[in-house]
Amino acid sequence: MGLMSRTSAVVRAWYSKFLDRAEDPAVTLDYSYERQLELLQNVKKGIADVVTAKKRLELQTKKLETELPKLDEQARQALAANREDLARAALERKAFAQQQLQSLDQQIDDLAAQQDKLSDSEKRLSAKVEAFRTQKETIKAQYSAAEAQVKIGEAATGIGEEMADTGLAIQRAQDKTEQMQARAAAVDELVESGTLEDYTSSGTQLDRELAQVSAQSQVDADLERLKGELSSGEKQKELEKETQ
Amino acid sequence: MGEGQFRLGDDAVGRLNELDERAQKALDRDDESELDRYLDEMAALVRRDGERLPEDELLPSDAIVPPSDMTLAETKMFFSEQGLIPDVSP
Repeated sequence: MGLMSRTSAVVRAWYSKFLDRAEDPAVTLDYSYERQLELLQNVKKGIADVVTAKKRLELQTKKLETELPKLDEQARQALAANREDLARAALERKAFAQQQLQSLDQQIDDLAAQQDKLSDSEKRLSAKVEAFRTQKETIKAQYSAAEAQVKIGEAATGIGEEMADTGLAIQRAQDKTEQMQARAAAVDELVESGTLEDYTSSGTQLDRELAQVSAQSQVDADLERLKGELSSGEKQKELEKETQ
Repeated sequence: MGEGQFRLGDDAVGRLNELDERAQKALDRDDESELDRYLDEMAALVRRDGERLPEDELLPSDAIVPPSDMTLAETKMFFSEQGLIPDVSP
């Protein structure tokens, strides 16, 4: 048996499991239609999930993008303070952020492609479900019970294939989204346990060291200023003494 | 799969069946890149030589071309007893 016929078999098995048929064709028709509407709802929900996942990634992208100039600035400050080690750390972090951005862009593109494909399927499916609704009324009115059963089988299978197709696509989109979420959660965990430093959170080790450097130079400057004031004060006194 | 239905002439069906056989063999050999190549060719053939069915026509398909972007593991699961599609019965 070839792959195409096996695929058809899988798809049909899925749809007939979905539709446990009633004896009365009229009931089957209405029931099929109800279930089709239900499935269509699921498809819409699946598309919404993909859109949500994409939005989340886009937000992460924005956050990373605002991080880049900050890391640049930190590197500059560190260099100005003669701390090349810190500057290097900031730039390494920047390179890592850029890598992350690239992979996020790729994932966003993937999701966008999936969204387009699913939206197309949803449109086609809506049209088919509507056609089924019209046909089922005709079938009910025009055919004997036995003939109707055959007609229903054909129409329902025609829709069922598309439904199964789309159901599969939705399932795979959700799997992908879950994988991405699992990865994001894994990184979060590493950050929390301190294994990885989160370059996006404020108050990282780098930030603290830089703050120390600038605090240190602030202290030095203040000290110099105070020393200057003191010695000029001393000189003033000495001068006063001399003139007395 | 997932792109709607197409009507094919006998000639195209013959070529499609040939590709299908090769795809089956590639799957048996666990050769994912060959399998994807044949599935892509099959989908391209249907798109190119087939006539798209109007959306209000409700006909069962004679054959369905499996999607080429599944991994080998997914494809095997798809053809397994259980199937890749989740159980949706209430």
